[in-house]
Amino acid sequence: MSTDLATETARTAPQARTGMSRRTIGNVVLGVVLLTVPLWLPLVGGYTDLASRVLIYALAAMGLNLLLGFTGGLSFGHAAYFGLGAYGVGLMLKYETHSLFLALGVGTLVGGLAATLLGPIAVRRRGIYFSMITIAIGQMFYFIAIRWNTLTGGYDGLSGFARPKFAGPGHLLSMGPTGMYYLVLAAFAIAALLLWIVLNAPLGHAFVAIRENHKRLTFLGVSTQRYIAISFAISGFIAALAGGLNALLDGFASPNLLNYSMSGDFLIIAVLGGMRNFYGPLAGAVIFVLVRDYVSSVTDNWMSVIGLVFVVSVIFFPMGVLGFFNRKSGS
Amino acid sequence: MSLLVLNDVGRRFGALQALSGISLSVEAGELRAIIGPNGAGKTTLFNLISGYFPPTDGSIVFGGEPITAGTPTALVKRGIIRTFQITEIFLSLTVRENLRVAVETAMGLNLRPWISAAVRTVVMNQVENLAEIVRITAKLDRVAGELSHGDQRVVEIGIVLAKSPKLLLLDEPTAGMGDEETHHMTDLIRRLNKDQGITMLFVEHDMAIVFGIADRITVLDNGRMLAEGNATEIAANPRVQAAYLGHAA
Repeated sequence: MSTDLATETARTAPQARTGMSRRTIGNVVLGVVLLTVPLWLPLVGGYTDLASRVLIYALAAMGLNLLLGFTGGLSFGHAAYFGLGAYGVGLMLKYETHSLFLALGVGTLVGGLAATLLGPIAVRRRGIYFSMITIAIGQMFYFIAIRWNTLTGGYDGLSGFARPKFAGPGHLLSMGPTGMYYLVLAAFAIAALLLWIVLNAPLGHAFVAIRENHKRLTFLGVSTQRYIAISFAISGFIAALAGGLNALLDGFASPNLLNYSMSGDFLIIAVLGGMRNFYGPLAGAVIFVLVRDYVSSVTDNWMSVIGLVFVVSVIFFPMGVLGFFNRKSGS
Repeated sequence: MSLLVLNDVGRRFGALQALSGISLSVEAGELRAIIGPNGAGKTTLFNLISGYFPPTDGSIVFGGEPITAGTPTALVKRGIIRTFQITEIFLSLTVRENLRVAVETAMGLNLRPWISAAVRTVVMNQVENLAEIVRITAKLDRVAGELSHGDQRVVEIGIVLAKSPKLLLLDEPTAGMGDEETHHMTDLIRRLNKDQGITMLFVEHDMAIVFGIADRITVLDNGRMLAEGNATEIAANPRVQAAYLGHAA
């Protein structure tokens, strides 16, 4: 038996070691690239707000992907929580507070609590019915936003609020594009870290097991609905945080942020980048936002180009862009 | 006292009477085979005992307590664990990850969004233990979906063992296996029963296996109990011979 164990260790150890260091190197490189964006992005013809948008969409899609890629629940309504976060931040800044963090906190809480309360309704069904319920719930908020003119500004959206100054050490820092970018990056890093911890804990293992085979888990005595609802809630909080940041970036909240087409954008981002991959949504967001930004400066028909990119990528890289590269380097 | 008692249990699906008048008792530590031709109601019986759906008649008692209306989740808590005709495992995860989620479920850790290194070590040691018991240690880091059918069944047994079952229900554990895999599985069933003392009910079509390892055998035919007894009694039973060989006997 001891020989068994020895050969076993010999076989797995080097693999584990290179795997670990490759992941660490990847994270460090990603960290350096993201931290230095304001320095190098203008050199390659980009602008800092564009990078903020990429990270905001990546954050929302990463939140959605906890439910989609890791728990196996296809939500078509996550724009609702994104939009609630945006309106929450906008309304707080317009009427209640000049504190950036209070506004962002309230926005995240409003969207996240909505997902926490409504998730349990959707998870009563699985598959296509689950998706239909998420659309219906999401559209409810969209129609409330366009009808409740006095509060939300209706079709015109909510304007009249601006990014407050950020209380730095000893003085107020103005939140220009660079300051905004680092705020978004900090939010992204914290959310990614929390997601990483959860996915490597029993809770995350349970999510993945539900995606793989909910019947097996049920017959181990786990009430899977409860876990899908928890995944739904966490992903709703993250989408709401992203929505709040989006409102800060634009100084504006549009009802389109609540619409199912926005939910579709987040789904495209997650699937495009690779929904089985932790950083897949980030890769997807880079492609999505850059294509949109570049093509929309050439033609209004940018959505057709995104659609084409999406169809081609689903046919040729069904596991997403990162899934494709991972497999190549893995084998 | 018998571990599992069924009193006059029946199940109707609309006009179809799938099972009726099933009365049997299984002693603790027993290895019981359920046999019968296709459509005899063997899987329906498993579904009733494991709470997949309730019986329409009769009652079921487990460990002295009624469980007739139990849900799968509630019955698993009491220690009734099952496998399925079609292997139900987590296909795109490694064997280690398959066993890990089962161990975490058994330890009641599922809701924990983080765990200490100490707890993680306890979990991983238990995973290694299970792998030793079912003898899959060499394949712990393989993706379950890439294993042979027989190994996948072994993984499933490892998963259900994590829950320390009092009563293990195995639905056709050797179906579709080659000779060597069948031998491995039969050996595993016998070891779990003798070494771990797990009471087991298994549905099986291979008569050599049934007569070779079962303590007692229950024969179903057309939703009714045809016979019950040890291997010698069953082999000599003219009604069983008739059900299996046509009306020659």
